[in-house]
Amino acid sequence: MALLEVRDLHTSFFTDAGEVRAVNGVSFNLEHGKVLGIVGESGSGKSVTAYSIMQILASTGKIVSGSIKLDGEELVGAGEKVMKTVRGNKVSIIFQDPMTSLNPTYTVGHQLIEAITLHTNRNKKQAKERAIEMLRLVNINEPEKRMKQYPFEFSGGMRQRIMIAMSLACEPDILIADEPTTALDVTIQAQILELMKSLQEELGMAIIMITHDLGVVAQMCDEVIVMYAGSICEQGTADEIFYSPKHEYTKGLMRSIPSVDTAGKKLQPITGTPIDLLNMPEGCPFAPRCDAAMKICIKSRCPRMEINSDHAASCWMNVKDGLDDGSIKIEDVNIAEGGEAS
Amino acid sequence: MSENLGRPLIEVKDLKQYFNINTGVFKTRPLKAVDGVSFSINKGETLGLVGESGCGKTTVGRTILHLYKPTGGEIWYNGKKIDNRDSIKEFRTKATMVFQDPYSSLNPRMTVSDIIGEPLDVHKMYSSKQERQERILELMRHVGLNSEHASRYAHEFSGGQRQRIGIARALAVNPDFIVCDEPVSALDVSIQAQVINIFDELQEQMGLTYLFIAHDLLVVRHISDRIAVMYLGHVVELAEASEIYDHPLHPYSRSLMSAVPVPDPKVARANKRIVLTGDIPSPLNAPSGCTFRTRCPYATDQCAEAVPEFKEVSQGHFVACHRVGQIN
Repeated sequence: MALLEVRDLHTSFFTDAGEVRAVNGVSFNLEHGKVLGIVGESGSGKSVTAYSIMQILASTGKIVSGSIKLDGEELVGAGEKVMKTVRGNKVSIIFQDPMTSLNPTYTVGHQLIEAITLHTNRNKKQAKERAIEMLRLVNINEPEKRMKQYPFEFSGGMRQRIMIAMSLACEPDILIADEPTTALDVTIQAQILELMKSLQEELGMAIIMITHDLGVVAQMCDEVIVMYAGSICEQGTADEIFYSPKHEYTKGLMRSIPSVDTAGKKLQPITGTPIDLLNMPEGCPFAPRCDAAMKICIKSRCPRMEINSDHAASCWMNVKDGLDDGSIKIEDVNIAEGGEAS
Repeated sequence: MSENLGRPLIEVKDLKQYFNINTGVFKTRPLKAVDGVSFSINKGETLGLVGESGCGKTTVGRTILHLYKPTGGEIWYNGKKIDNRDSIKEFRTKATMVFQDPYSSLNPRMTVSDIIGEPLDVHKMYSSKQERQERILELMRHVGLNSEHASRYAHEFSGGQRQRIGIARALAVNPDFIVCDEPVSALDVSIQAQVINIFDELQEQMGLTYLFIAHDLLVVRHISDRIAVMYLGHVVELAEASEIYDHPLHPYSRSLMSAVPVPDPKVARANKRIVLTGDIPSPLNAPSGCTFRTRCPYATDQCAEAVPEFKEVSQGHFVACHRVGQIN
């Protein structure tokens, strides 16, 4: 059994302008000790997916339907009491901006001890020992002295390491890292990623890595989910996604990154701008920007199709030949929508 | 490649920019944001300027345009020294800037045509209202905006389109030289490539010269002819783009290049990263001698005593390191 099973998750924000379907039918499994990357551009629903798992959505946001099972236990509709035992203990989260996720008015030690006493049976003295141990684990020098300092006395990279220490103090099964290195410089990013990787191997937890940086994904992740406009367009092992992408959006992303080979040449950008989530089209959400879009792409959304056991994508291009010669009929695939068609 | 294009358009000689920081009542200390930086940029060339936050790369860009009065050093444009009011005013019709944040760098109360037209107003570059309007529409076409966008406000646009507005504004005075201060860092990957291509195309069409400041090394490598690496107010290495990626000499450049996350899983797994320990020191207490020595795995006593000279070690490859040649 998978550690985390997300099935057909729908999360919406109910705004004055209407319902914004931020997450639109997302399903995936996370196994013990694996690193799962979720990539996508801003507004693709990658963070909302994570916040839905933790149930820390803004007040206008709501999980409309779907199921999230942690170790077989259903979390959707489980109530705040259950969620309190999940957050921090079983699943913890690191946010993008280490400056705003620490309270500037308390010392770092106070905040670490608070988190530890809240989630474990340790008393204050034991919690303090644990906090110092955790700071040492994330390579903070002189942890005893550092405990008494306030967040502003730390650099960005150190603050992010403190956040990691805090989220790991209760030995969670899953660590969700929401753009953990986006605000940091490359050399500090390398430090943090190296640290996360070594802690993951040491403690054997699973990581959900949310990022827009394909370089970070390539370095860290075993499996990758590519999201666009609230839906998964492609998922598979890192090698499959990077070396044989099967969705036009993923292919476009790979082409638009500058690399050694593109120096002195034109990049091939994806044209147009991301879609307005308030006015979602009926067909594939990427169709308006897709160079390869066919008639069917505008009419109907492609269901998830298995490419092989490690790889699935939702793109009509993969069955283009079948559609052209009439051996696959749209009616056939539509029946299987939401499920798996082949 | 650009070495042959004649004399340099921009020359920066020993540029210094100190900011006075209050450290107590009546007490100030200089923060040496830029401390003795020299380089030149040839006509039609793109010089990339990379480094971590706080290394002074943005300050270099701003000081060149005299947005800050330089504490020391000289700035030459086209063989002319820029130091008095008239020369600065004239220089600013030839040198402009594109800013990092397309959200805060556009006035929310102005329409697109007013934003793009403002530099024209300031430098009185038209004789009739119609001429102004035509120029604005021409600029919008250049950056791929439609003419019907002219009367809209900045908030109606996405990040990529806003950056196009910022580029059109920078082009309004017909400049030769543009300082691009992290112009694509705030954009999504798919949009980033669109904006990079605009910079490329404009350079081809108008023969523009860029100082391209960024921390994304893949982007910088793509767009630059030569690259300068900065650390704590100093340029530590300067060379052709491919040279600095394939054969970095300074230990800092080496770790910087190895820290770039490569979007290729097999390369990324095999890549031996040189992970630096510690953080960048505060420029208020910069280390003596070589500023990088506190994080440098090769530092010796000599590095603490003397500031390394910025010298040419091979054709067009400059580096400031005492131990260059001794380390592999």
